[in-house]
Amino acid sequence: MERNYVGKSHPRIDGPIKVLGAAKYIADLKLPNMLYVKILRSPHPHARIVQIDLSQAEKLSGVHAVLSGREFPQKLGLYLVDRPIFAVDKVRFVGEPVAAVAATSLRLAEQALKLIAVDYELLPPVLDLPTALADDAPLVHENLHEYSYIHNVFFPAAHTNIANHAKVRKGNVDEGFRVSDFVFEHTYHVPQMQHVPLEPHGAVAQMDMTGKITVWTGCQSPNAVRKLAAVAFGLPEGRIRVITPQVGGGFGGKAGIGIEGIVIALAMRVAPYPVRLILEREEVFFGTAVRQGLKARIKTGYTKAGRLLAQEAELLWDGGAYTEYGVNIVRAAAYSSAGPYDIAHVKTDSYCVYTNSPVGGPFRGFGMGELHWALEQQIDMIAAKLGMDPVAIRELNAARDGTTNATGEVLRDIGLDKCLAETARLIGMDTPPTEKYRGKGIACMVKGPSTPGTAASAAFLKINEDGSVNLSLSATEIGQGMQTVMAQIVAEELGITPELVYLNAPDTDYTPYEWQTVASRITYSTGNAVRRAAADAKNKLLALAAEKLGALPEELTIVKGVIGRQSGQGAMTSVKELSLGLSLPSGAGLGGPIMGTGYFIPDGIHGMDPATGQTPKVTSHWTFGAQAAEVAVDVETGKVDVLRVAAVYDTGFVLNPLLALGQVEGGIMQGLSVALYEELRMKGGRVENASFVDYKIATAAELPEMLIAFVQTPLEDGPYGARGFGEHTMVPTAPAIANAIYAAVGVRITDLPITPEKVLAALRELDKPRQLL
Amino acid sequence: MKRQLNFTLNGRQIGLLVEPFARLLDVLRDDLDLTGTKEGCGGGECGACTVLLDGESVTSCLVIALEVEGKSVLTVEGLSNHLELDSLQQAFIDEGAIQCGFCTPGMLLSAKALLERNRAPSVQEIREGLSGNLCRCTGYERIVVAVSKACAKET
Repeated sequence: MERNYVGKSHPRIDGPIKVLGAAKYIADLKLPNMLYVKILRSPHPHARIVQIDLSQAEKLSGVHAVLSGREFPQKLGLYLVDRPIFAVDKVRFVGEPVAAVAATSLRLAEQALKLIAVDYELLPPVLDLPTALADDAPLVHENLHEYSYIHNVFFPAAHTNIANHAKVRKGNVDEGFRVSDFVFEHTYHVPQMQHVPLEPHGAVAQMDMTGKITVWTGCQSPNAVRKLAAVAFGLPEGRIRVITPQVGGGFGGKAGIGIEGIVIALAMRVAPYPVRLILEREEVFFGTAVRQGLKARIKTGYTKAGRLLAQEAELLWDGGAYTEYGVNIVRAAAYSSAGPYDIAHVKTDSYCVYTNSPVGGPFRGFGMGELHWALEQQIDMIAAKLGMDPVAIRELNAARDGTTNATGEVLRDIGLDKCLAETARLIGMDTPPTEKYRGKGIACMVKGPSTPGTAASAAFLKINEDGSVNLSLSATEIGQGMQTVMAQIVAEELGITPELVYLNAPDTDYTPYEWQTVASRITYSTGNAVRRAAADAKNKLLALAAEKLGALPEELTIVKGVIGRQSGQGAMTSVKELSLGLSLPSGAGLGGPIMGTGYFIPDGIHGMDPATGQTPKVTSHWTFGAQAAEVAVDVETGKVDVLRVAAVYDTGFVLNPLLALGQVEGGIMQGLSVALYEELRMKGGRVENASFVDYKIATAAELPEMLIAFVQTPLEDGPYGARGFGEHTMVPTAPAIANAIYAAVGVRITDLPITPEKVLAALRELDKPRQLL
Repeated sequence: MKRQLNFTLNGRQIGLLVEPFARLLDVLRDDLDLTGTKEGCGGGECGACTVLLDGESVTSCLVIALEVEGKSVLTVEGLSNHLELDSLQQAFIDEGAIQCGFCTPGMLLSAKALLERNRAPSVQEIREGLSGNLCRCTGYERIVVAVSKACAKET
């Protein structure tokens, strides 16, 4: 079908404002009489708060408020309400907010922090998974049994450090192992990491004299901030207004509710003055959501032909001190635990474990990167044992139409085999490098959006007298390009050009509901809502045009804002002319100003059976892809150079090729960075490398050659067939690199990140038998 | 006790009173309302605060404002001429080199300094020249292509 605007590389509509340096982010917001906030953070991983004395800080001239958990003991939580705004009876991680100051300058706020006196009684810290899971483990949350949470979706284990236990029981693994020719078991490890958005987190809050609270926040989820704050503070949602300016990168770290609770509490105390909190980079490393750590044990039963028959997975997630969001990552990993493969018998136990570490939260991939680090090396190791080609073993086991996943869902419209074949072809998997210490590796992936079945998107648009459109959405532009794609969709549906579509800033007082900008769901979900809103407006325009032109609406078409018969004959009118209604020759008016509304909730999502995890449809759709890497290993230093990366994704329909390309390139680099450089180095619960001096991310100097292509297997209910896409591009990169290193030098690193030290140590291990001879 | 600072900013002579310990970044963003220059780390590691000081790229979070007395500073706001974008800015738009936009001002200034030093850098030289500017969204490839195309246009 011929499309005018979708499927084309329309330039970013927010490009000019960003290159001009005129885009406004939260730290650029200036309000009169703003007060500046600093947070006093816990120096201990686990301690009882015996006493807090705020009095000296309060006395400092220029300090307007000093608050702690004593004044505001409220708790927040998206799926499980376990996270206090300020620590109340005890602190659970190094960096936890204990108190906050609002003062007339940052310097004064910092001085005031020094005057707050806190007495702690140290408690035994839970710093690793074995300690957390021991029978006599100190409990991070003694009162877990009292917390409210979404029943029958999450399963906290009272009086333990297990915040969620998600189960999958498909078929019979014992039987599966029995009939397998071989059984192979291995463990994998992913440490906690940080998203590192270039823009640090920030929020401003102000309560006016009627009690209405406005929060400006660089977040991914204005409606979640409003809802969760309303619940925590016992206020009606309509009393809180959340506005989102430009956001400098999210990657999941700005999802749900974060620091907003603190500024709202302070704003309530100092009304009507606005309070402003912008985190220092150091605070971003340990004081915002981090990637959960994972220790995965995977046991696979397979035939001598390489067919995977049974998989038993034990996934132990280090969820950190609070798991109000992280419990869902653990669940998503369980229902995705077969990865991109067709495995008849699956037994998965996925545990979200409390430790006295930074708060685990959504990190690009939502558990898929961590899971595939394990699964994609497991299948590669099995291939090596069988002397089988790594592409062939994946082809043999790949999910395809009619196969089932870990939850027993029958899959359809799956293009994984095409992604795999094209990726292998692009990197040349069948021609290993001739140079020494060079190798190629491949990895596949799958992800579906992990949202409640009721997660909704809504869109509203109005047409202006000049034929332009204002589109109102609460979906946030975090860099992914959603504003541009939505403008393309309006243009396509309505028959105007994308330049005439203006996106209003998300503002919960004005823009209609959006669940959250996460899960790579906006193109799919909001795209559908926008399409419906544009169609609604178009119907109204065509009804008036039909009246004016003496035709039937079905005979009419809109092209570049001009409305006329499809045959091209007869009189014309325009979007502009009808924007405020139709003026009749008699002088009367007909109809009215043209507006359009639309909403979307995915159809037919079904919860998981609590005992078996089985369900016909756990998520709205799946997106598959594959990546392959060619690496060169320096055997003297252990340094790994990633030379080339091939990536092919089945996105259903590519709405904007240039933007889609940017997502793949960005994901590959983040995946490469995570593979080789990133981990939060912890000592006694403290993050030791909370700065860019010691936490390195990939720079332009590390760029490999990237070979990228797309497969388009339409999604039946996606806008123009489009699937969710965005997170997926950093999921398989790390295992593809690990597999390439194995091909290059015969060592396997199963513990992220792949540092030169680990590679050297592994190479020496390999060499040992030779040295002894 | 505030002190007088006189310097050339985006081609214009200006003078103002600043705190002795204020960073150039703070003076630009807070005193002069030029919020295009961003703070990403406060430690000179991410490059988001890059400006040109007498033509050299510097991280303005590590420059004490009073140090620029008598010197010339160029920020992202000074790149365009009224509404006419400079070739680098246009190339960034054309090549899809922008996502969240937070690193963009710093990238543009670093690229500008690079092109002033080296009229026709190779791809490798561009990658290395921009390695002091972190980006988490784009994966750098589009940015490198944009800089390549911008200098091709100039020559």
